[in-house]
Amino acid sequence: MNGVPLTWYLILSAVLFSLGIAGFLFRKNIITVFMSIELMLNAVNLSFVAFSYQLKQVNGHIFAFFVMVVAAAEATVGLAIILTVFKNRATLNIDEVNSMKN
Amino acid sequence: MDVILFLIFAIIAVVCGINVVVQTHPISSALSLIGVMGSLAVLYLLLGAEFIAMTQVIVYAGAVMVLFIFVIMLLNAGTEAKRGRSFVAQLLGMPLLVAFLALVSYFIQRLFPATTLVQFGAFKSGTAQNIGRALFTQYLLPFEVTSILILIAIVGAIVLARKELE
Repeated sequence: MNGVPLTWYLILSAVLFSLGIAGFLFRKNIITVFMSIELMLNAVNLSFVAFSYQLKQVNGHIFAFFVMVVAAAEATVGLAIILTVFKNRATLNIDEVNSMKN
Repeated sequence: MDVILFLIFAIIAVVCGINVVVQTHPISSALSLIGVMGSLAVLYLLLGAEFIAMTQVIVYAGAVMVLFIFVIMLLNAGTEAKRGRSFVAQLLGMPLLVAFLALVSYFIQRLFPATTLVQFGAFKSGTAQNIGRALFTQYLLPFEVTSILILIAIVGAIVLARKELE
């Protein structure tokens, strides 16, 4: 019985990261943009855990854990900002939130 | 067996990931993202990371996504309005992204020759015991700084989302 090559995990991580980039760049809804960031963070976590397997060390798991903590903190603050933006402007479209542009 | 499990959950993850980007309604995107996170948890288990798999389910799929769905329902976010993108973005966006992915895959193949095989059960150090030992000895200072970060995030969220008192 043979296993899965480690590169498959890394390529899966790259695919998910690219999907996250696509969502971040192409979508107009501010909440979906935010979810794409979470998708990218998840992809990076998969890389960390895969490298941790390769090096037979637990350090990569710790880094993945810290990434999760930072993502949770980022989600709370970001969603609070989204709430405030919606309260002030009544829109979720990122193209209409442009008061710093002109 | 390992290959079959990996392929099943990798395909689920990629399909749900595409769904996150393609769906126009935020709730559909959020549910697809939960699918991605669940299948990633299974992949972490295959890599021997039990603790990370459990925190993935509890923290990400449990807490963060519930927060997202709360906000989507609170704001009553509807279907995204179709807007015309700029011509350059429409023309170059997808090809550039595919080029990026191909380049990254190429370098991964070159940098990591396929000698390391991932076998379920070959790496047993991902238990809560080992993670806890590393977290409270080698990584004690980052751990404590993280607690301050979470405190700041809580205070910031409350300050941003509260009602203004006159």
